[in-house]
Amino acid sequence: MITVKNLHKSFDNNVVFDGFSLELPNRGFYAVSGPSGSGKTTLFRLICGLDTEYGGEIDVEGKISYVFQENRLLPHMTSYGNVFTVCGDKEKSLSLLSSVGLEDAVDKYPSELSGGMNRRVAIARALSFGHDILLLDEPFTALDADIKDKIINLIKEREKDKLLLIITHDPDEISALGCEEIKIND
Amino acid sequence: MKKRTKLPASVRSLLAFVFWVGVWWIISLIVGREVLIPSPPAVAVRLFELLQTSDFYISVLLSVLRITAGFGAAVVLGIITGILCAKSSAADTLLSPFFSVIKATPVASFIILALVWINKELIPVFISALMVLPVIHGNVKQGILQTDVQLLEMARIFGFGRKKTLKVVYLPSVLPYLYAGMKTCLGLAWKAGVASEVLCFAAYSIGNRLYQSKVYLETADMFAWTVTVIIISVIIEKLLMAAVSLHNKKKQI
Repeated sequence: MITVKNLHKSFDNNVVFDGFSLELPNRGFYAVSGPSGSGKTTLFRLICGLDTEYGGEIDVEGKISYVFQENRLLPHMTSYGNVFTVCGDKEKSLSLLSSVGLEDAVDKYPSELSGGMNRRVAIARALSFGHDILLLDEPFTALDADIKDKIINLIKEREKDKLLLIITHDPDEISALGCEEIKIND
Repeated sequence: MKKRTKLPASVRSLLAFVFWVGVWWIISLIVGREVLIPSPPAVAVRLFELLQTSDFYISVLLSVLRITAGFGAAVVLGIITGILCAKSSAADTLLSPFFSVIKATPVASFIILALVWINKELIPVFISALMVLPVIHGNVKQGILQTDVQLLEMARIFGFGRKKTLKVVYLPSVLPYLYAGMKTCLGLAWKAGVASEVLCFAAYSIGNRLYQSKVYLETADMFAWTVTVIIISVIIEKLLMAAVSLHNKKKQI
């Protein structure tokens, strides 16, 4: 469950949130939309506690997992190592990598994989974490259409009892996931 | 048109080595006085003779021990101060003048001061450590400060904890800086350590043997000891690099 009350946030003189409020239950899919620079990623960072300088109240109940806008993979670890280091479960790591179509790339390092493949490792890593809330910041960039469909179905299946928030500019992704839309600074 | 085949790197290195030994030999022939520039064969013969004496091995061993002890102590201390200064601006402000002074002061000044302060047998340890410390400190500090903030945030989100964050995020970032610093400093430690042995007359040391050679105008000895220093320095550097490479292979998952 996420509750945001009367949020105020600014960078220097640029006001991003001025009294923004939001209340989300402990399950359901939500898409955060708004123009570029409207504060979508900032909202994610505030929710998960990476940014703690704000006014108002943010209350989060549950463990958060995050697919960042960047892949943020550990460069000295293989795909398997990157997932395993988060969940600590060999079977789960291999199964998730296989689910995102990377069964042949488990022993490859990020530098040996394409942008799309690294994106899939980042998604597998986030899904492997024992979380209650999943934040996805433009997760499907650099993915081919067929892989994207496969991963959307995987997310729908695995996350159906959890709270999911996604930032995306693609209305097809919003409808494919069946998200309710949250517009910010529109 | 004929395609030119490139010689292997080891052969090219060997040819470069032979070339410079040739240059040395020619200069020696031109000068024509063994007491000024001994020829490579004369140095080789003298080195071979030295190899037959127990003094040679004791001197080499004690020099290696003294300089390695100084090097090791500086690496440990440099890691500690590097971490401290990267994490605390107060510690950085406090220690910054200390490291600036060490870097700016000529090594000879430290050797002379050390002659007044400490036991002469320990001077090479102290001097080697003093030369290595600022480099290791700076590199470790730099490695920590250059750690990818995005990876640190990722570690926080996925609840890595201190120990795991240190192992999988900080260490891989810092180690290349540390290894580069150690590689640079090995030569530095050797040069400063042997120089201090020359000036402090440490018993059973390469530096002392070099000094004796100079006193008795045994230039071939001087060259032979210098060649010994170079060979040991290269061996230690190769050993360090082999250890680093082994460690890198082991830590990959």
